[in-house]
Order: sequence, then C-alpha cells, then structure tokens
Amino acid sequence: MSLRNRELLNLVVVGAMTALGFASVYIARQAVVSTASLSYAALFFGLYLVAHLVARYAVPYADPYLLPMAALLTAIGVTEIYRIRPGDAFRQGVWIIIAVGVFAATLLVLRRDYRRLESYKYLFGLTAIGLLALPALPGLGTTVNGARLWIHFGSLQFQPGEIAKLCLIVFLAGYLREKREVLAQGRLKDFGPLLVIWGGAMLVLVETNDLGSALLYFGIFLAMLYVATGRLLFTGIGIALFLAGSYFIYTQVAHVHERVTIWLHPWTDHKVYCALTGQTALRQDCGSFQLVKSLYSVGNGGFGGTGLGKGTFETVQGHPLIPYLNTDFIYSALAQELGLIGIAAFLLLFMVFVLRGMRIALLADDGFSKLAAAGLTFGFALQTFIIVGGILRIIPLTGITLPFVSYGGSSVVANFVLLAGLLLISNRANAPRDR
Amino acid sequence: MNRQITKLAVASLILLAALIVATTYWQTWASAGLAERQDNAIQRVAQFRIKRGLIRAADGTILATNVRKNVDGQTLYFRRYPTGRLFANLVGYSTQVRSRAGLEQSENAYLTSSNANLSTIFNKTLDKIKGVTITGNDLVLSVRPSVQRIAMQQLAGKCGAAVVMNPKTGKVYALATQPSYNPNLVENHFDRIKTTNAPCQPAAPLLNRATNGLFTPGSTFKVVTATAALDSHKFTPESTFYDPGYCIEYGKQVSNAASPDGPVESFGHPTLAEGLQHSINSVFCNVGKALGAGTILEYMKKFGFYKDPPIESPADEKAPSGLYNGGRLFFPSHPSTQVDPGRMAFGQERLAVTPLQMAMVASTVANGGVEMEPQVLNRVVDSHGHTVVRIDPQKLTRVMSPQTASEINSMMVAAVNNGTGGEAAIPGVSVAGKTGTAETGTSGINTTWFICFAPADHPQVAVAVTLQNQTGFGGQTAAPIAKQLMQAVLSPRSKK
Repeated sequence: MSLRNRELLNLVVVGAMTALGFASVYIARQAVVSTASLSYAALFFGLYLVAHLVARYAVPYADPYLLPMAALLTAIGVTEIYRIRPGDAFRQGVWIIIAVGVFAATLLVLRRDYRRLESYKYLFGLTAIGLLALPALPGLGTTVNGARLWIHFGSLQFQPGEIAKLCLIVFLAGYLREKREVLAQGRLKDFGPLLVIWGGAMLVLVETNDLGSALLYFGIFLAMLYVATGRLLFTGIGIALFLAGSYFIYTQVAHVHERVTIWLHPWTDHKVYCALTGQTALRQDCGSFQLVKSLYSVGNGGFGGTGLGKGTFETVQGHPLIPYLNTDFIYSALAQELGLIGIAAFLLLFMVFVLRGMRIALLADDGFSKLAAAGLTFGFALQTFIIVGGILRIIPLTGITLPFVSYGGSSVVANFVLLAGLLLISNRANAPRDR
Repeated sequence: MNRQITKLAVASLILLAALIVATTYWQTWASAGLAERQDNAIQRVAQFRIKRGLIRAADGTILATNVRKNVDGQTLYFRRYPTGRLFANLVGYSTQVRSRAGLEQSENAYLTSSNANLSTIFNKTLDKIKGVTITGNDLVLSVRPSVQRIAMQQLAGKCGAAVVMNPKTGKVYALATQPSYNPNLVENHFDRIKTTNAPCQPAAPLLNRATNGLFTPGSTFKVVTATAALDSHKFTPESTFYDPGYCIEYGKQVSNAASPDGPVESFGHPTLAEGLQHSINSVFCNVGKALGAGTILEYMKKFGFYKDPPIESPADEKAPSGLYNGGRLFFPSHPSTQVDPGRMAFGQERLAVTPLQMAMVASTVANGGVEMEPQVLNRVVDSHGHTVVRIDPQKLTRVMSPQTASEINSMMVAAVNNGTGGEAAIPGVSVAGKTGTAETGTSGINTTWFICFAPADHPQVAVAVTLQNQTGFGGQTAAPIAKQLMQAVLSPRSKK
C-alpha cells in the first residue's frame, strides 16, 4: 500500500473514532447538547480529507502517520472542549479550519525546497525575538493569570510565543548547521552565542513572568545544540546556567517565587498570607487553588474514568469547579473522563508522534533538515511535558497549551505549521534520489 | 548527528513516560487521599449523584435520608435529617458548601458504596454498567432515640454532654451534646447556626462535647486513681488515712471540698473505700503522693487516655483525654517533677477529659475490668437489605484485675447508697456511681459530673454526664440526669 493510501486509511479510522467520541458526549449530555454534535465528526473528516489531498499532491512521500495522529489529537481536543463549553468548540472548529488552510499553504509554498528558509535564518531569529517582545509592549500585551503571554487586537487574542517557537527552531537549525564544527571545538569564545541565548531566555522569563516559556525555548536550544555538536558538556553547562538563573529570579520575582511555593506545598494546614485577596487563607483556597482543583479532577478519574461527558466539572448550580479547564487544564478534564486507561493511551499517542518525528530527523540527509526535525519534535515533546508535568506536580505549573488539544487559535495554527514542517522534511528524506 | 538524535528521542520518551507514571500515581495511589480532602468539591458534587445510604437508629428510626431533585437534566440527591437536632452532632451532615461532618464524613465510604467489600464493588459496577443510580449502603446504629431524647431534653438550655452505653458490649445507646444545631440548616442557613445562644462561651453548637469536649474531670477521676491504688497492690479498700480536712503538699494545705451545708469537712480516720464514698480529697491527695504521678499516668493509658477514643466519629471530632499544657496534650517525660500527683489524684492538676472517656472508665469497672470499644455502628446493610458488615463488640484491653473491679464497684455502690451520689439511686436497683465537681478557675462556677452504671451486680448500662458552668455539685446537678438515663435503658418500655 502506498504511503498516502495508508494515511487515508488511518484518517478513516480517526473519523470513526471522532464520531464515536461525539456520540458518547451526546448520549451522556442530551439535556445540554444537541444532535448537531454528530455533524462535527463529518465536518472534521471532510476537513482532513482536504488536508490529505493536499499532502497527496505536495508531499507524496511524507510519513503517513503524523497527519492522522494530529487529526486524532485535535478531534479529542474538540470533543472535550465541546463537552465542557459547546460554544468554544465551534470557535475551535473555525481555528482548525484556518489551521488546515495554513497547513495546506505551507505545504504548497514550500513543496519544492523548504531549505531555502535557511538563508533567511537571521530574519527568523529577529522575528522570534520581536514576537516574544510583543506582549511586553504597553497597550498590546495582556496579563493573564500573572503571566504576560498574550497580545490582543480588539477582541482577538493571540499568543505570539507559539509562532516564535517555530521561528526560533528554524533560526537555530540554520545557525547551528553553519557553526556546528566551530562550536564543537569548545573554545571559550564560542560560548558567546550560548550565553546570549541564555540571557535571552532569562529576559523572556523576567519579561513574561513565565517559567514555562523560558524552559521551553531554552530546552529546545540546548537539545538542538547537543544534536549539532554532540557535546553533552554544553548541555550540562546550559542546564546549570538555567538553574542558576532561575534560582536568582526565583529569589527576586514574587510571581515566580509564588509558583514554586505552590508547587512544593500546595496544601497547608494553617492559614497563610494570600496575595490574591490580601488576607490569610489556606493555600489550597488561594494560590494553589488551580493546581489542587485540577489534581482533584485527575484523581477523580481513577482507573477507568467517569466516561466521556460524565465527569464533574461544575457545581450543582453550574459554577465551574476547575479554572481554565479547556485551555491550560484540558488534560485534567480528559484524565477525569478517560481515566488511567484512556489517558495513558492518549499519552502514548504523543509518544508515537515523537518517535515518528525523531525518525524523520534520523532519515533526513542534510544538517538543516535533521536539526529542524529534531528541534520541532523535541519542542512538541517538551511543551507537552511542561504543561502536563505542571498539572501533575512534576515541575512548577505554568500555563501553556497542550499541543493540538487545548483550546486556542494561535496554538492550533502553530502546531499545524509544525506538522507541515515535519511532513516536508519527511517527504524530502523519503523521496526517490533521482529527481 | 544520528547518535545524538537517537539519544534525544530517548530523552523525549522518558519525559513523556514520566507523565504516564505521574498520572498513574495520582489516579491510583493518591486518588483516595485526594478524594478525602475537605476542599475537594469535585468529589462532593460527584457524590450528589449517588443515592447515599440511609442512617437508621437501632429501632429503625430514620436519622438521615435523601431528597431527590432534578438539576440541569441530572438527578441529584440531597440530604435531609428527619430527627433534626436530636442526633445532629453524632450523625453530622453532608452538604455541598460545607462538605461533611460526623458519621456522614467518617462512614462516607459505606454511605456512597465506595467501600472495598467485594459484594459492594460488584453491585456498584453492575449499577454503573446498567447506567442506574448508584445506591449507597445503609448504616444501622446502636443509638436509641428514646434514650437520646431524654438526654437531649435533660441537657436542654445547658452546655454539656451525656454518654450512655452498654458496658458489656461497648454499644452506645445515646451520645448527646448541647447546645446542638439543626443539620437541615447547614447548607443554606449556616449563619443561623453560628448565632446559637447558650450559657457558655463559645456556644460552639457544632462541637460534639461528648467525644471532643475537654473538661476537668474533678472527683470522677478518683475512680482512675483508686484503680491505680488497688490494682498496683499498694493499697486495699481498707487502707486507713488521717484526714484533718486537708492534705499537705509542697508545704501547703490542699483542702477538701466544702460540704453542701457548711465549711470544709474532715472525716477523721477514713478508709480508702470511705474516701471514694464521700469523695474526700485529702485521702486521694495522699494516695496520689504515695503512688506518684507515673503510676496514675500508667493506668490512664490503660484506660485509653492519650488516644483518640476508638468510636466511629471522624478524627477531628474526637479528642484524647489526658494532661493538657497550654492547650496541647502533654505526656510528662519526668512525671515526678512535672506533675503535682496530689491534685492529679482527685482530678484537678491540668487534666482534661471527654465525657466519652469517663463513660469508658465507668464501663470498664462495670465490665469486671475489661474495657470494650465504644461503638455506634451495628450493621451496614446494602440497598437489597443484605448485611454487608456486622460490627461485633470488640474487647480493647483488660485494664484491671477482676478483684480490683469488684472492689471499686462496691465502693461506687456505697457512694450512691450512702455518699455523695444519692440522687442517682433507683429503688429496687443497685446503682454504682461517682460524682465530680471540678473547679474551673472562676470561684463558684464548676464543671459537674456523674459517672455510673447499673445494676451493679450485672451491669446493663453505663452513663457519663457532664455539665458546664454549674453552681451546684455533681451529685445535685448531673446525678439526677444520669438516673433518668439509666432508667430509660433498664425499662425502655415503661419510659417512652
């Protein structure tokens, strides 16, 4: 069977699973949702059929599993968003249509040779910095939940960090391919760029008050540096610098300090000072409210879950029990309804996606492609780890999106561009040599 | 670069695998702990879909039931308590806004069918698959509304508590505390509960004084001291003392209590038995000095002091009895220097005890020296009427020899027949009892006590009654209440 036919077959399976998902939400919540939910599955299948046809034309030799997996993840996301707030699912659906459009455009524009992007690497680098600086501009940035990650034009909110991440990976792939031999020698003066980027990550951290983003960008940088140079020492030094810098910021910036305290001691037996209200309260009722409520949701899932549509997210009066449920905490919602069995399968999907991505990096035959594929894939894995690890108290909680799943336009669009990038690289690697 | 990419792939997979491990932790090992957290609103709301089990008294009276409501297309079950404040502090409540208390909290697993019995798990899974409402297991308690009602009426308008139990089985017949509250108001009218008036500060209507209230035991503690004195073979009931009306400790006089009709009495050369009969402080002061605080503490521990009483109430609704220092339970590492044994022997020092603990002391004497576990739960019954668990009487420990128990029994009978406890005497029944009048620090205001059991030769009921802020003596204030409670158990049909 040809690669694209395999992809089509997988998409049919995904379409059937989506229909089942929406059907079970509909059955469980008949009082709240309508039969229209069932048309979502058809809509999505149609949409991905279009994506498939574009892929068939533009990247015939690309990996056949990535698109179906991305489709399944977005479908799981939309199903859960629909179950939480049906209105949001419609907006998310519109964003997915836009994202598939951007995906198709990316494939079509870059189908001949994406490697020309390499010559614009500094432009990408500057764009990344510019995008990251945007939320800091007065009048444009919004502080949500103590972190400055959003910009808004009128009613439209946008998280420029998601796009900046992709630009950064393209820049690093180009830059590191060029400088890798020099860097690998490990002369002291070559640590310059490393220090500059470390400084940049720390600036982002101070600027946005967000530990998660800094960790994500710096983690991607270190991973790509390692792939380019093969020097584990650089990564070690980088991690040490990051930890030292983070510790310093932890002692200086109250918001970051608060986040770490919440992570280490989410529950208190006695009332402590609560910065939100200025009074004293138990920490689980104040600073760690979100983390704790989300953990209760995960815990309530148990082994088998409550079943799609049957989780408890609201009080009897309809007040939400868990904040930011369809964006930052969608994992907690899914964990409650799918249970350990379902959520483990869900995480395995991420693992398979990462394996396919890394396989593309292995098969690619030029440095730029290898670095870009490894960077994109690692960025995907690390972002998943940062948000879910934060929810599960492995690391301090920071609000970033779960790739493909969370509600949010910029995130969905950026991840589809990431997917397009991986397909382009894969297509080139698998294509017959005698073109 | 492929070597590095392979390693990076492994690292990425480890990161993601860590997420699976952490999720497994929260959804299996930590799941129960999370569910028990008081601020876990998800659990609370989710459990309103479960038809909680009923709570019944021993005679079948329903103490907690459900009201069905349709909200947002879902069927939810809210609690209602038909007997109102009668059993409020024992049964507790299960609400959305204030979580749970009492047996509703501690027995939540049974009431929601989340207990780990095989048959319950089977039934619940079957209900889940069939999509029908999960029904909890019912609790059948040992408490008797007829006895409880008398206790609540007698305590009404006062601050105090009463415990009535079977000394042979440990089954509790009544566990009363006043002021109380109406559990049906907790969800929506909690402010009305907070403004309860009572002749004590704070009124604390939510406090279960029977299991969680700490009071100075006064002379009822002489039963513990006498146990230590006789069981350690340092004294016999016939040991004689010289009583000038006071005992000298650290060079100072520690007086006997003033008699109801005059100044401090002196009894000449009383025996230990007479010391208990007439509640003579100087006798026990001398016993305490001779025994040392260490020996008394040893017997306190045997009686279960320094531990939460093993009744089914939630851990935060019961308190250990013992010495308290600055509001904290205090077990002296060097009793001989840290504790005043003379005052301790007649129940002052820094002693603070729960009425339940004193009821356990009376029960132990009644039961020939063997202490039984106090229990309010008789049976757990599933929704089909099958008994899931039967809670059998549980022997805790032998506190004293049968001979010591029999000697103290006789001494307590004398206290009722011809001593301070006369008000508790029941015609035709031999009653054993001990009065207590504990100083509170405010002159003329006492905590009064009576602990007793009857019939003395084959005990069927043991009682402890405590009243706060009394001007009279334990024999006048608490003993008459205890008498009525004993009668209610001994002839349940004549007293309705």
